[in-house]
Amino acid sequence: MTATVGTSTLESPTVVRKPVRPSRNVVRALTRSRSGTIGFVLVGLIVLVSLLGPLFTPDTLPTDTSSVYLPPSASHWLGTDSSGRDVLIQVINGGRTVIVVGFAAAILSTLIAIVFGSLAAYLGGVVDSVVTAATDIVLTVPQIALLAVLSSLYHLDNSLLLASLIGILSWPTLLRAVRAQVLSLREREYVEAAQLLDLGTARILSVEILPNMASFIVMNFMIGMTNAIYALVGLYFLGLAPLAGHNWGIMLNEAWTRGAIFDSDSVFYILSPVIAISLLQLGLVLMTRSLEELLNPRLRQD
Amino acid sequence: MASEPLLSLESVSQVFTSRRGEIPAVRDVSLDLAAGTVLCLVGESGSGKTTTARIAAGLNRPTGGTVRFAGRDVWGGDRTAFREFRRSVQYVHQDPYASLNPIRTVFATLAGPMRRHRLVANRDEAWQKASELLERVDLTPPENFLTKYPHQLSGGQRQRVAVARALTLGPKLIIADESTSMLDVSIRISLLAMLSRLSTDLGVAFLFITHDLALAKYFGRDGDIAVMYLGRVVEYGPTREVIGTPRHPYTRALLAAIPEPDPELNARKRSAGSLLRSMDTPSLLRLPTGCTFHPRCPSWVEGECDVSVPRLEALDADARHEVACPPVLRQEADAAVPALSEQDGTG
Repeated sequence: MTATVGTSTLESPTVVRKPVRPSRNVVRALTRSRSGTIGFVLVGLIVLVSLLGPLFTPDTLPTDTSSVYLPPSASHWLGTDSSGRDVLIQVINGGRTVIVVGFAAAILSTLIAIVFGSLAAYLGGVVDSVVTAATDIVLTVPQIALLAVLSSLYHLDNSLLLASLIGILSWPTLLRAVRAQVLSLREREYVEAAQLLDLGTARILSVEILPNMASFIVMNFMIGMTNAIYALVGLYFLGLAPLAGHNWGIMLNEAWTRGAIFDSDSVFYILSPVIAISLLQLGLVLMTRSLEELLNPRLRQD
Repeated sequence: MASEPLLSLESVSQVFTSRRGEIPAVRDVSLDLAAGTVLCLVGESGSGKTTTARIAAGLNRPTGGTVRFAGRDVWGGDRTAFREFRRSVQYVHQDPYASLNPIRTVFATLAGPMRRHRLVANRDEAWQKASELLERVDLTPPENFLTKYPHQLSGGQRQRVAVARALTLGPKLIIADESTSMLDVSIRISLLAMLSRLSTDLGVAFLFITHDLALAKYFGRDGDIAVMYLGRVVEYGPTREVIGTPRHPYTRALLAAIPEPDPELNARKRSAGSLLRSMDTPSLLRLPTGCTFHPRCPSWVEGECDVSVPRLEALDADARHEVACPPVLRQEADAAVPALSEQDGTG
């Protein structure tokens, strides 16, 4: 291999151009799809308000029995609840738990699904059998019922505990999808070439196979996050998690259990957590479009 | 040519099991490939040439026989021997659109193996090495190609990148499986010329798989050729001899199938008695008895060819030209030493 081609001596001051990292194109790719941009703005705003909002609003709201179920007004933009507390402040304060738990649960379930799904598909044999069997078992567990049982045994007041529970119960669908994708991708000739170059299982999976399903994974992560958010809100709505503090699920629960739905002045109160959840979910779904543009080199191209 | 073979297949077989039964894709194939030489494997589709190539590359574990690389049994359980074999033997696939990872740049594709095996210390060195490799496969100037993604390259360019990738670890043997069949003719010739140059410049041995005898004749002119039919090697020897004086009826038929620009020559070739009795290739699931070629063979001997399985035998003691066809071997022997044939009888 020492006999290298001598053409480099012809043009001695060759400018070795380094590969341009695609960071410059990231913003362009992200803003190419209009619906994707809307999604980013929506999620960005909600996350910003939810994370920073609590800094500017009081931690505990005073109960005021003289101003129960007030319609929207200048002092209470979205009205008040059954204890006379301001709804807008609750909406602002109530996003953080939902977003954090949804994100953490989705990360956990996606990680489990990717790691075990890809290993099962790539290695096959006993690993595949064990993982597939475990997946089928977890898939048959009724989520809400199990959470109901768990909530009677444990105090589910910790966000991370909730996130772990939701995450641990929601990986099977994604795992099956990941496994199917890897089963197909591992037969590609470039994977075979990588095997011949002795790149090692970890590297082949992480460098050759998984990046090819990046947009698929991201999309499923987003779906996982929306599902986790629904699961969390459902837990609060059904009263399976302690109703401490403020979040959109607790707001729905209180509106339901304390009779706000029978009060026509409380339309905005009831709708505000619903709309907040819907906007967040919509934003997440729209965001996937931009992320797809970003992760597909064919679309990223100038 | 007397050196120890780099790669040798010793009566390897590969039987695939399907729902419809066992498929003997490759049976009892023995091939030797010395360092720096070229061996062409020709045959029609279904002849087992790709399976043989995959066995040679270590992609398939043969169900019978032994694969030796530099004298060591690669499936014998010796892990270091296998890794050495794995890195020394590289494969260039047929389809340049499927063999490159679509989301990796040319640089990433080439740098990955070099960095993984610590052949380069850092990114700059990898860049330098990758440039050299691209120059070697005639992709110049390399800077124009290193940052490209596969979809930004043409088929010929992709195939060159695939060859460059195969060269990253300094292989001793490159297996080219119909590597040029999907390219335009003009590009095909320049790619073949480039591969030939690699063989002479770097001393890389080639196992060249093709269905096109003309390509084999060009690329393997100084090497050997093995003609496969339904999983068996039917004729094996130096390319010049096999192409120049084909002995096996199947090889003759293959050569006769190459169209000639001159219609008169075409007609003469047709009438040379190499027309097949049947145009259908038998199914691997229901192979004919005896010589698997006998239902199509224009010169078969009833009672012999449909009964006994022919073995590869040398035409004469000091020739490396082997044929698996007893009638042809008898003819040759008769022609060479008429006196001996009477003693031998018809064995």
